[in-house]
This record gives sequence, structure tokens and C-alpha cells, in this order.
Amino acid sequence: MMSEPVRGIVVAHGDLARALVDGAERISGVRGALIPVSNQGLGADELRTLLASHLEGGPAVLFVDLGGGSCGLAGLGAARRAAHVGVLTGVNLPVLLDFVFHRDMPLDALVARLEAKGRSELRGHGCAAPPPAT
Amino acid sequence: MPIDLVRIDDRLIHGQVLVGWGTRLGIDSYIVVDDSLAGSAWEQELYASALPPGVAAEFVTVEEAVRRFEELDARRGRGALLTRGTGEMRRLAEAGCLEGRRINVGGIHGGPDRRRVLDYVHLSPREWDDLRVIAGRAGAVSARDLPTAAEVALTELYR
Repeated sequence: MMSEPVRGIVVAHGDLARALVDGAERISGVRGALIPVSNQGLGADELRTLLASHLEGGPAVLFVDLGGGSCGLAGLGAARRAAHVGVLTGVNLPVLLDFVFHRDMPLDALVARLEAKGRSELRGHGCAAPPPAT
Repeated sequence: MPIDLVRIDDRLIHGQVLVGWGTRLGIDSYIVVDDSLAGSAWEQELYASALPPGVAAEFVTVEEAVRRFEELDARRGRGALLTRGTGEMRRLAEAGCLEGRRINVGGIHGGPDRRRVLDYVHLSPREWDDLRVIAGRAGAVSARDLPTAAEVALTELYR
């Protein structure tokens, strides 16, 4: 077990990060485990610097909305210079909910767990059949 | 004309460029003109990781872009040329590479000495000067973050 819980930083376009964190907190009741960061109004270097400041000071997982977007590129750039940081792109709400309850896991195992969780939660449920004719 | 988009955007390759413009224009090759990136293998790898399958990127210095411009522009497929700021684009314009082309200002965000012009365009006095020079050497300069957004002419930005 790790001595300090892993921190979570969520970076996304527009208001998405705040909305995801708000949703996770409302469902889990766990507050303060996730920090939302928006790319709104920030250039690439500014966003990378902001994320780097959040990634300092202990193990963290950086959750990104879109791997190939400005958030993903800035996040991967910031994480490259930080120690004990895992990066997950394509974040969804089930992943954040799983994260807040497993922050005491070793970072490597936690990142692997979250990646599997995120993949498993995207499911097709088929298309509804048209209602029978009456 | 293979280079269909000439854009100033401090984020270079990112979602708006790849999805908003790239998909619409059918861009299959990005030419990133940036002296710093041209010498950074790990950053090139990072940007290249964002590209969809079948789409390529090349990272060149301004000097190399000027030297190879005709060749880059004569390639098959559809290309986009990106610079991080106005300074690199000005150097291309002053070298005569941009005659008759429309220059798209897609994203210059907050920074020292910059004043907000649009939500996605902030300019310092030096950058204003760069844009005026570029406008004098290119076909036109306008701001537009996405192809679905309204185009704002440089003359409108001056107001």
C-alpha cells in the first residue's frame, strides 16, 4: 500500500473536466480527490505548465478527454517531466468513480485497473426494435 | 494546390486542426514549421501520436521550409502548413512563400504584452506588426478557429 493516496487531475476541453468531476463527486460522495483543469483560453505551453504544476508533489493520475487533442498533447508533455504520474486518455465517468475508491493502490496497478475499467464500460446495447404495430 | 490550409495556431496539431479542419478538407499531410520542434524528437513523436491512420506530419525549421517550399507544395494529396506564431509565418511571407495564399489565424492565446482580440486570438504589438507584413505579402489574413465559424478579416481585427 502507498503511504499517500494517488491524486487525480482531469484535463478536458471547455467545461467538461469540471462537469466530470462534479458528476463523480455527486455519485461517490468523495470530494477533493479530483482536480478539474480546462484548456479554455490557454495556449499549448501555458496548459503544459499548468498541468506540470498540478503533477508535482506525489503520485498522480492524469485523466485526459481526447488523446490527440491539445489536452492530451499538453498532458503527455507535462507527464514526461514528472515522476510517478500515470496518464489515461479517453476518460469517462465510470473510470473516475473507480479511481476515487482505489486511490491507495500502487500507481502502476491502479493505472492498469483504470484502463481496463474504462474499456469495459463502453458497451453497445443494440438498437431498440420498433414497437409492434397495433 | 496541395497546401490547402496555412494556419497560425500555438497548439499546432490538435483536435480543432485534425477534426475540425483536417476531416473537412481531407488533409493527409501536416507540415509543421517550427525551429524548436524540428530539433526535438520526443515532441515530434508526441504530436505524431495524435495523427489519425494514414495521415503524416513533417517537422521542419523555417529555413528548411523556405528552401523546400516548392517541393512541399507540389506533393500529392492535401496538406496543411502550421506555425506556432506570427513570427515564423512572417519569415515565410518575407521569403515569398505565401503569395496569393489565405493565412488562417486559428489560435493565439494569452501571453506577455498580448491583448485580447477574439476569444482565441490575443496579439502583442509585435504580432500585430507581423500580421500586417504577412498581409502585405500573402493573399489575405483572417481569423477563424473552425471552418464552421465566421471568418474575421484582418481589417476587422484592427478595430
